[in-house]
Amino acid sequence: MFKRPYYIAVALVALLTLLVLNLPGSTTARLKLAIGSIFLPLFGATGGIHQAAAKAGDALLPKGELIRANEALRRQNQELQVQAMRAGETARENTRLRQLVGWKAKAPWKVKLARVIARDPANWWRAVQIDRGSLDELRENLPVLTPDGLLIGRVSAVGLTSARVLLIGDPNCKVPAAILGDNAESGIITSAGLFNGSFVNLTYLANRTNIKPGQSVVTSGLSAIYPKGIPIGTVADARPVESGLYTEAQVKLAANLNALEEVWVLFP
Amino acid sequence: MTTLPNILILLATLLTVFAVGAFNGLRQLLGAQVDLLPALMVYTALSSGPPMMISMAVVGGLSFDTLSANPLGTSVLPLLLVGFVIQLRRDLILRDQIYAQLILGLLASAVAPAISLLILLTFGQSPLLGWGSLWQWTVMSGGGAVATPMFFALFGWLNHALGYQRIIETSFRPDREIRRRRN
Repeated sequence: MFKRPYYIAVALVALLTLLVLNLPGSTTARLKLAIGSIFLPLFGATGGIHQAAAKAGDALLPKGELIRANEALRRQNQELQVQAMRAGETARENTRLRQLVGWKAKAPWKVKLARVIARDPANWWRAVQIDRGSLDELRENLPVLTPDGLLIGRVSAVGLTSARVLLIGDPNCKVPAAILGDNAESGIITSAGLFNGSFVNLTYLANRTNIKPGQSVVTSGLSAIYPKGIPIGTVADARPVESGLYTEAQVKLAANLNALEEVWVLFP
Repeated sequence: MTTLPNILILLATLLTVFAVGAFNGLRQLLGAQVDLLPALMVYTALSSGPPMMISMAVVGGLSFDTLSANPLGTSVLPLLLVGFVIQLRRDLILRDQIYAQLILGLLASAVAPAISLLILLTFGQSPLLGWGSLWQWTVMSGGGAVATPMFFALFGWLNHALGYQRIIETSFRPDREIRRRRN
């Protein structure tokens, strides 16, 4: 049985916890940052082990396979150089036309590579931790992409050397998106439920919209966070909801959110 | 009481939170991550005193929330409640029985996430919930139930390997030996 001081101690801790729960977000973010630093050596060690294992795996690869991969990469590199030349020409033409019309020139986006070090341990959030933080100039609300350039979410909290990324499908990660096509309809990407990890809903689409499965969905650019045109996925299905008030499309995500290892953080 | 078991429990708490965040094999296989902290709390509440139980709840809960999008402090209260209830009834619990450990682990792992969700909803958060949450709850409860006897076995082994061994005293004392001899 407990003695009286222990009852008081338990009550005090419970009270303090309730106080912490009611603290402002900025204060708890700083507290989280301080406590999270305990795990930095562990994440560093895990990263080191991963790299060592990858290096050991590379060392075991047969030479023939390496030569084949090298050839394939060389061919891909040549194709990409041609594409980059064309894109560069298009960008220059775009800049000239913008100057002629008098539009404001778009600043090019920069990217920074980050490694995914942990997933949210709670089952009711979709978030990951990356190994870049404010020391790497990261800040909140920067878009995050896969190495293939597919949108996966946004930075939601930043520590010194790590940051939390809310993934698409999390209730707190809503993305303005548009369906590519003749009449580009835009809506909001929201969660599609717990077990539809590779699907999200595109809601608030107009009823007259003629949506077909297979149409591409990209960011609409109607927000200060996500630039226009980042691929998100493809339409799988569409149905009227809320007694026909608007249409909702189910979108299959192009990125596999369960197999994230490295991501790009986009900087304006 | 030595400090070694307490240090081991706190170290295990931090390592458990790190493992739950860093390793996701079970999440990909079953669609849910098992939270091992309630299982560890069962062991702590049955093997240590109230100060250690409170420390474990605070360290475990805060570190879990640090790696999670939970508001800081969400996971402390459920762990504290689980530990408190177990310690109130610890004299009646057959702590060495695997069956008792399984049942306690199952109950603790079922109750703790439910209270966490209740706190989140009370504080105006909107966690990802649906019918699938029932499956996740089942996986978390089952995983916690299996993990509890494993924690008992692990700590038993660690305490045996790292702690001081009790010297077995025999009833034989040379100074009180009755020497029989023929006169």
